[in-house]
Amino acid sequence: MSESVSTAEAPVRGLPPGDGEPGIWQRYGVVALFLGPALLLLGVWVVYPTIRTTIRSFFDRSGDEFVGLDNYETLFSDDTLLTAVRNNFLWLLIVPALVTAIGLVFAVLLERVRFATAFKVAVFMPMAISLFAAGVIWRLMYEKDPDQGTVNAAVAVVKDAVSPSGVLSAAQPSTEALQGGPKGGLVLERVLASGDVAQLGLTGIRSSDVPGDAEQAVVPEALAGGITGVVWRDFKPGGGTAGEVEDEELGLPGVTVELRDEGDRSVAQTTTAADGTFAFEDLEAGSYRAAIGPNTFSEPYAGVSWLGASLITPAIMLSYIWVWAGFAMVVIAAGLAAIPRDLLEAARTDGATELQVFRRVTIPLLAPVLTVVFITMLIYVLKVFDIVIAVAPGSVQDDANVIALAMWRTSFGGVNDFGLGAAIAVFLFLLVIPILAVNVRRFRREV
Amino acid sequence: MTTAEIEAGRVEAREPTAAKIVRYLGKTPVYLVLAFLGLLWLVPTIGLFVTSLLDPSVVGRAGWWEILSKPSLATLENYGDIIDNDAITSALVTTLWVSIGSTILPIFLAALAAYAFAWLEFPGRDWLFLIVVALLVVPIQMALIPIFSLYNDLGLFDTIIGLILFHTAFGLPFAIFLLRNFFIGIPRDLLEAARIDGASEIRIFVRLILPLGLPAIASLAIFQFLWVWNDLLVALTFARDTQPITVAIFSQLRQFSANLEIIAPAAFVSLAIPLVVFFAFQRYFVEGLLAGSVK
Repeated sequence: MSESVSTAEAPVRGLPPGDGEPGIWQRYGVVALFLGPALLLLGVWVVYPTIRTTIRSFFDRSGDEFVGLDNYETLFSDDTLLTAVRNNFLWLLIVPALVTAIGLVFAVLLERVRFATAFKVAVFMPMAISLFAAGVIWRLMYEKDPDQGTVNAAVAVVKDAVSPSGVLSAAQPSTEALQGGPKGGLVLERVLASGDVAQLGLTGIRSSDVPGDAEQAVVPEALAGGITGVVWRDFKPGGGTAGEVEDEELGLPGVTVELRDEGDRSVAQTTTAADGTFAFEDLEAGSYRAAIGPNTFSEPYAGVSWLGASLITPAIMLSYIWVWAGFAMVVIAAGLAAIPRDLLEAARTDGATELQVFRRVTIPLLAPVLTVVFITMLIYVLKVFDIVIAVAPGSVQDDANVIALAMWRTSFGGVNDFGLGAAIAVFLFLLVIPILAVNVRRFRREV
Repeated sequence: MTTAEIEAGRVEAREPTAAKIVRYLGKTPVYLVLAFLGLLWLVPTIGLFVTSLLDPSVVGRAGWWEILSKPSLATLENYGDIIDNDAITSALVTTLWVSIGSTILPIFLAALAAYAFAWLEFPGRDWLFLIVVALLVVPIQMALIPIFSLYNDLGLFDTIIGLILFHTAFGLPFAIFLLRNFFIGIPRDLLEAARIDGASEIRIFVRLILPLGLPAIASLAIFQFLWVWNDLLVALTFARDTQPITVAIFSQLRQFSANLEIIAPAAFVSLAIPLVVFFAFQRYFVEGLLAGSVK
């Protein structure tokens, strides 16, 4: 193919430029026909607005009065806008580096296995979804209620595994024999000695709180040299006697019972069985008190408020990384595949460890690809908009603010200050230029 | 003999026999990690999808994972409801028209311009091309305010045409850049032969350039289609009643939990279509994204 091109080019070059006789109008008429529509659109929709926005940024909100740099001053003094600028710089600092790093890790992992297509598809899929839809997805993930938000549901599972929460959320003593409340624990007034049987009756327990494995409460036998007892739900629909274990009253399993000595120190702990009974064996002689520890009671896990003011920006960044990791992975994997095998083999034969090969050979050879990913991410991150407006509820958009969002909200989201909005747009434009200059140069070198 | 040589020798010596099994077993942790990460990456999307299937009586109150223990909660009712929801269906139709228009028009106009930049001779050609490429730098935000005023004056606000023209203009620099670089690779003798045969430039463009440029045009089309389908910023600014699907969903976000029975299925439909387009033409898309960072 290339051969035919080069041979054919010679005679063509010999032709006079303009290849013939047609008049100047006819020739430029054709040019105008081909170029005209595109240039017209670019002129009206891109060039004119760019100039107009720049001029507009020096005028007040009504557009009548020239205010010099006032709008730019506001941009760096107004709290909301300053937050936007600060957040956007955080985005620039954190996200491109993380996306590139995660992409690299994924690409390297992928290299080590065969049949990794499923993984590739899974990680790359978010790329096909719009950033807005991704935002909706994560808004759902981040819901605060652990019964709804997947992230908090996962946190709750982990939290339960590490430190199990109490079985009950609230309860009251059923008689005066028991004192205290859920916060500090409930203590049986009666002093106990070995051989005694303690009855700790509770009421005010929600039915949904009663553990599913609870059985009919039973008063246990006395135990020589030990103390036994029962913790039960001292409540019977339609009445009953307080302080007595009766038919249809359930034992409360899983309750932590403490035995305290005279100095109020906890000397032993046990948990109740399905029928609510518990036993302390082999006790030294002396007087004791039985108590239900505060760790029996805990509020149900309320969830981390990812969508609250303090966590919203990291939360959105996380969802953004979820979207872009696949892109970084695919591009870097392609770069990895292009590294000549024999170079790596040579390093290995020379005795380099895998880590050395990776750091001294792979990474330097991969540097151009990593740069491409990084710069690409810088540009996208600078203009981040959709995902922020989708994940952040209206009430925290001030805290989650970024430059592009601030521009839109200032211009169209209620404030409707076109002067200030234009200034924010110009600021964004000025930030994009240097990064793009680098990118375009790289691009031209490639082409 | 250095330690390195000894080590290298050792590695070679134990290569053939049980080493293979050891090597595969050694990879199990990698497979486990990949499986875990892959699952982690899928869960959010699955979560949205399953939520969209939840019975309307529990959606917004129960987590999607409850469907695992109670499969009877699954229903297509929410999808039935959004099909009956005129706001959502008309938004989908609007999105489709805007996306198709904003794909065909800029590519056609860009192909014309790219041909001129590649194969027609006129003074200042390279400078003009450079200026067009430089317009890639302009962020959409720079145009929103003036075009908003312009559309209000021209009656283009809240129209499909208005959206298409905006997307077209901002799609042009990149499309021209890409196509010009593609066209310039077309063998010169093909063109000269056609010119000597007396074919007009328009005829050459239609009969020769467009068919030859099809691969580049296809990848551009996919990229532009997805870009426009997924757009929120432009739609949010220039559409009010004639709103694309992203805006329709956006307006429901204010009361997220309460509207989840609309949001979840609508969001899933809106992302299913690009997902299909995307997986059908994945390769082109990555190339486009890389180049698109100039956008």
